[in-house]
Amino acid sequence: MSQIEKDRRYTREHEWALVDEDHPNVVIVGITDYAQDKLGDIVMVELPTVGDKIEQDETCGTVESPKSVSDLFAPVTGKVVEVNEALTDSPELVNEDCYDEGWLFKVELADKSELDDLMDAREYEAFLNSLDED
Amino acid sequence: MADLAQTPLYAVHQRLGGRLVEFAGYAMPVQYDGILAEHERVRTRVGLFDVSHMGEVRVTGPEALEAVNRLVTNDLHRVGDGRALYTALCDTDGGIVDDLILYRLSATEIFICVNAANRAADVAHMRAHLTGDARLEDESDRWAQIAVQGPNAPELLARVFPKAAKLKPFRVAQVDYGGRPAYFATTGYTGERGAEVYVAPEAAEALWNELTERGQDLGVGPAGLGARDTLRLEMAYCLYGNDIDRTTTPLEAGLGWVTRLDKPGFVGKDALVAQEAAGVPRKLVGLEVFDRGIPRHGYPVLHQGRQVGHVTSGTKSPSTGRAIGLAYVEAALSAPGTELAVDCRGKEKPARVVETPFYQPGK
Repeated sequence: MSQIEKDRRYTREHEWALVDEDHPNVVIVGITDYAQDKLGDIVMVELPTVGDKIEQDETCGTVESPKSVSDLFAPVTGKVVEVNEALTDSPELVNEDCYDEGWLFKVELADKSELDDLMDAREYEAFLNSLDED
Repeated sequence: MADLAQTPLYAVHQRLGGRLVEFAGYAMPVQYDGILAEHERVRTRVGLFDVSHMGEVRVTGPEALEAVNRLVTNDLHRVGDGRALYTALCDTDGGIVDDLILYRLSATEIFICVNAANRAADVAHMRAHLTGDARLEDESDRWAQIAVQGPNAPELLARVFPKAAKLKPFRVAQVDYGGRPAYFATTGYTGERGAEVYVAPEAAEALWNELTERGQDLGVGPAGLGARDTLRLEMAYCLYGNDIDRTTTPLEAGLGWVTRLDKPGFVGKDALVAQEAAGVPRKLVGLEVFDRGIPRHGYPVLHQGRQVGHVTSGTKSPSTGRAIGLAYVEAALSAPGTELAVDCRGKEKPARVVETPFYQPGK
């Protein structure tokens, strides 16, 4: 059973967005436990650059395992204000601690209401259950 | 997964929590503990692979050796009985139908391991071109196959198959397992020492369990198709369907060393002789990619902004940490040291042609 954190929002692309405690206009973005497990060993993470403008649902980076490349999709629209530099040398942090140390990047929200488009933990759990039934 | 074929070790994979995927019509384990962990297990200890999906064909008869020799690019006369030989199997136009391991049991009996996805095509092709007093039988459903690979593999194998313990690489011996005939072949697809053991399907689970139990102190464990792919790629071994297929010739694919244009006629020889004379237009090379790019199947290879080839396989080498791949490039740009670039999803990453293998086991 995949771990799901109750304090954040989720996308159908298995990313999470958590409002930064210190900056209510900034969200921290990562991938979910379900995603990291499905991807397997993560050996490379390509993130957007600080200052990049990203659009909700558009690709903004890649995550690579030994076998495959997967796109990262922006969960919200906004400006990238910070990226997790530790992932350059230690991409395995995403496998080991996807909800904390393995965060990907932070976005300054262009439109806070976009967060309402995302699923809460309960909805995401139901979404995962629907996938397992396929 | 419901409509997929299962190997005799399917229950083992389920018990071990293997992640099953479709491969060549079979439900096969792509990984158990993770590709990196399994890769390291094989490079430093010993891993067990279920490769029962592979096909087995036997050619027998007074002229079996000559009959097979007329089908393949390599030359069975170069080895004696009890030896294994890697070869390409070509169509008349020189395109690769499959790559095979031939086991020369005797001059009248050749046992052949073929790729699972090509089994039906291989058998049809070989039957269509088979000449002389020999008959060919598809025995794929009568064999399971377990590959035991890694520096600790010889020690483990010696405990289970003491009679075959002294076998040098690329040999084959007939043994028994579970009271049934088996083949112990010191071949593999990882670059490590070890063997591929062909056993009766009914004996496969017992062999897997015995290898697991008797290899605990040697660090034995399962390894899936994911690690098999990263291991073979570090050795620059071709994967049929990725690096070689009907549209590529052995001369292009760097398989000239198993293509004996000086031997008497074989299927595809005329086309290959002509290609050699005209000049091989492209070659499969090893690439290292820099600047955090990882080459992947299908990515364009560039030289000064112009596309000069494409990547056929690629990964981040678990053993070296380098981004490595195989790619077809124009022959003029195939020399080691040539500076190229790979278009990694719209981002041009610097690359260089390098010598292969990418990794030397035991060094």
